[in-house]
Amino acid sequence: MDIITISIISLASIGAIAALILYVIAQRFKVEEDPRIDEVEQLLPGANCGGCGKAGCRNFAESCVNAHSLEGMLCPVGGNETMKKIASVLGKEAHEAEARVAVVRCNGTCQYRPRTGIYEGASNCAIINSLYAGNTGCAYGCLGCGDCVSVCSLGAISIDPNTGLPVVDIDICGGCGACARACPRNIIEVRRKGPKGRGVYVSCVNKDKGGIARKACDVACIGCGKCAKECKFEAITIANNVSYIDSDKCKMCRKCVDVCPTGAILAVNFPPKKVVEPTETTTQQKQ
Amino acid sequence: MNKLVVSPSPHVHSGLSTTQCMYGVLIALIPAFLVSLYYFGIDALLVTATSVVACITFEYLIQRYLLGQRSTIGDGSAILTGVLLAFNLPASIPLWIVVVGALFAIGIGKMAFGGIGNNIFNPALAGRIFLLISFPQQMTTWPIPAPWGIGVDGQTGATTLSILKRGNVEEIVNIDVLETLVGNAGGSFGEVSAIALIIGFLYLLWKKIITWHIPVSIIATVFLFSFAVTISQGWEYAIIFSELQIFSGGLLLGAIFMATDYVTSPMTPGGMLLYGVLIGIITVVIRLWGAYPEGLSFAIFIMNGVTPLINKYMTPKRFGEVKRHG
Amino acid sequence: MKTFRIGGVHPRENKLTAGAPITHASLPKQAIILLSQHIGAPAEAIVAKGDMVKVGTLLAKANGFVSANIHSPVSGKVAKIDNVTDASGYQKPAIYIDVEGDTWEESIDRSDALISSCNLDAQAIINKIDQMGIVGIGGATFPTKVKLMPPPNMKPEVLIINAVECEPYLTNDHALMLAKADEIMVGVEILMKAINVTQAYIGIEANKPDAIELLKHKAQEHKGIEIVRLQCRYPQGGEKQLIDAVIGRQVASGALPVSTGAVVQNVATAYAVYEAVQKNKPLIERIVTVTGKSLARPGNYLARIGMPVSQLIEEAGGLPENTGKIVLGGPMMGRATQNIEAPTSKGTSGILVMDDSEAHRIEPSPCIRCAKCVAACPMGLEPYLLSKAVAIGNYEIAEERRIYDCIECGCCSYSCPAHRQLLDYIRYGKGKVMGIIRARNAETKK
Repeated sequence: MDIITISIISLASIGAIAALILYVIAQRFKVEEDPRIDEVEQLLPGANCGGCGKAGCRNFAESCVNAHSLEGMLCPVGGNETMKKIASVLGKEAHEAEARVAVVRCNGTCQYRPRTGIYEGASNCAIINSLYAGNTGCAYGCLGCGDCVSVCSLGAISIDPNTGLPVVDIDICGGCGACARACPRNIIEVRRKGPKGRGVYVSCVNKDKGGIARKACDVACIGCGKCAKECKFEAITIANNVSYIDSDKCKMCRKCVDVCPTGAILAVNFPPKKVVEPTETTTQQKQ
Repeated sequence: MNKLVVSPSPHVHSGLSTTQCMYGVLIALIPAFLVSLYYFGIDALLVTATSVVACITFEYLIQRYLLGQRSTIGDGSAILTGVLLAFNLPASIPLWIVVVGALFAIGIGKMAFGGIGNNIFNPALAGRIFLLISFPQQMTTWPIPAPWGIGVDGQTGATTLSILKRGNVEEIVNIDVLETLVGNAGGSFGEVSAIALIIGFLYLLWKKIITWHIPVSIIATVFLFSFAVTISQGWEYAIIFSELQIFSGGLLLGAIFMATDYVTSPMTPGGMLLYGVLIGIITVVIRLWGAYPEGLSFAIFIMNGVTPLINKYMTPKRFGEVKRHG
Repeated sequence: MKTFRIGGVHPRENKLTAGAPITHASLPKQAIILLSQHIGAPAEAIVAKGDMVKVGTLLAKANGFVSANIHSPVSGKVAKIDNVTDASGYQKPAIYIDVEGDTWEESIDRSDALISSCNLDAQAIINKIDQMGIVGIGGATFPTKVKLMPPPNMKPEVLIINAVECEPYLTNDHALMLAKADEIMVGVEILMKAINVTQAYIGIEANKPDAIELLKHKAQEHKGIEIVRLQCRYPQGGEKQLIDAVIGRQVASGALPVSTGAVVQNVATAYAVYEAVQKNKPLIERIVTVTGKSLARPGNYLARIGMPVSQLIEEAGGLPENTGKIVLGGPMMGRATQNIEAPTSKGTSGILVMDDSEAHRIEPSPCIRCAKCVAACPMGLEPYLLSKAVAIGNYEIAEERRIYDCIECGCCSYSCPAHRQLLDYIRYGKGKVMGIIRARNAETKK
């Protein structure tokens, strides 16, 4: 036999033996899996963002298949559409989940909340928080180092370089709450997402007494309670010198926004107010 | 009043910076450079200058245009890579080969891994090995050293190592150990003078830029291992042989300046000793039984790859595990 | 010369006020006394707004075993009990006292006469120390009585007095030793009696030759007290490092220091114990080194606790124009503050005023794995690895590489040529890992 034949035969036999071993092992250690898991996974966006609270899309598909009911399970990227499809594949009831969105409850920009010192050290909110109150007078406000940004797998939150505060892109945010958990000061809250992303909320979590809070920041909530009195839906509560609007009860009438003496209550994503003339006159009066 | 700075403790610093470490090593290389100027003249200067300029340029271009990072050429690490690469080359090498080596050292050896601090292999060494494999002839044509570089042209001489490799007892015993000490021997131009390199070593120790562990363990291992191998031919011969192993070739240059490269060497004293001993053993094995006369470059290169493993298992001596009282 | 065996650095000492005598600081107009001046539970206020108090009146009672009493450092009227912004910028409960005159409780012996004999038994001494609110005033402010009452299965064999003062700049212990050597000796004897040992070592670094000389001379009259001269190396004042340096025993990871048979007390604490036991004087004042290159009158000031930081700086000549950073404590472990109106507390050993030129950190550059942090770590850890693990949130590796052993001395950050913020991350990760371990232990107990 010449060298070529020997080579062909030996290589072929090595290949055959290896294939046999692989086949035996694959059979021996085969894991029985529900084929529906693959099917559900196909429906998911495949971003593996973890926004659902699971390790990835496959993990979420597994839990969908194994769960008795789909209640409380939501793929924040695919939204209700995707969940409906999953429900039909699995023959389970679809639950319409309320869209939720992360809201940053601090409006202490450099302008409103003057910097009282310089921080030099690791750029990490949790580290600053454990070191001191931060380089402003407010011990509750945003530290601006972006712990929330680094945990968001969707890239929905970013630090605005002008204000130094995080901004949530409501079109991307799925309301998974990873940023809220990462924030050492519990400034970020996951709230009900109103139609067209509208929302009314108190953009401050300062628990200090009014005077101290106001001294640190122009737009601090001083816990005066005017908003609570104004609210007809009992959506507003005052506790620890700070006001809180329950997004489930709020009807977004925005009366509280107007009475707030410090402008701590924000109404976002509403169209500009219809009445134009009175606004002009007030500005003229002010001038 | 200024706004006060708040930072976590400590609030003071030793003052030693990365840049200072790099320039410290460069200062330590000056004696060896002066000796090489004496023996190889303008050629040594040209090779070094080409290598340094090429390394800096490549690092700058890659950082600036390929990676879009802020340039860090000021930290001195590219200069150091350039000098070390040059010191590992024969003085007579064509300059374009030096540029190719610099491109490989910086481009593949360093920047491809993510720049300073992330490279697995010593960039200068990677460049040298690349050249050694790609241009074996040019890389092993050593000019005979001559004072002020006069009469160097065209002549090539055998290096001490190639004589050792041939293993002719007569020839070996005739080598003047003193000559290799001062540098009057063939070889890459940075490695010719053992004394100049040892002066550099003492400077590095004095400035606390490196510790003794790696160089001493490499040198000791090479000596003891060579001695053990040749003891059967009489101890007098074994001593000369082992001494020449240390003072010839790139051993001192490699042990003091290449193997101690921060990034690619282990972190703990124990790890450093293990690393040094293994480099020593591999070096002698390659020198005596391998195809190449010089084995140190390969030995360091191999151990660079083992360093992460050493770091994983050779943890520092922890406080409280010495003895437990009561 | 003796020293500890692993790691360590030797920062520039900068002891500007070495040998400076103790200066009495003037009384503040208003003293603000924090209710939490020690490790452990905050004390509980027992006075109310409008009460008149004298120097030494009990203001707040210890709340639990690991806690300490707090006495009034001034005489006057309680203005209010309210939050105050402390050095960290956070609001902390405190008692405000408007100072009127300087009337002391009659029980306190204010004379300078040395009382060397003490007839109390161990328990009575510990009770007295407890009553007088003595805490470890080297900086950690751990209630002293807790350290004097080790678990029953651990028997103290020696007492080690920490007079190392390895932090740069600080000289308060040095000044105290020069001024009150006799009292310190009696204090040490009382502490020896309290823990029932016959041998005590006073560890002093070699940069204080006058104090070593003086105490050696005094020790001749006191049986069982030996002065140990130590090589200057930071962090020798760390409890574990000091035990290793003086008696050559190392505390095992996670064990109490007393498991080596040694109880460590600061030299200033020993003096406070003397005053408490022999003179009935609670811990109401302490020596604070106010220092800095640009200060007009840096010195060792004997100041009442609760005095605002700004007023002590005023005593030392006022805040210089080019101030960039103010550190409470030494430069290696002290805490920087931007609130100079914060009150001092029992643990305030120094106020360091740094110029703008010294105040700033240098931008970190990539780690070049030079291994200097590994060589410097006195606990035998790998700071480069730990800080990286914490930064990427891998707490398993951090725990495996024993991040919980870190004593936060700062040798790693100090020696890093890349100026990496090693300790910033490690300190945070240590807290995180300790939390994880506690949660896991609680889980297994269930």
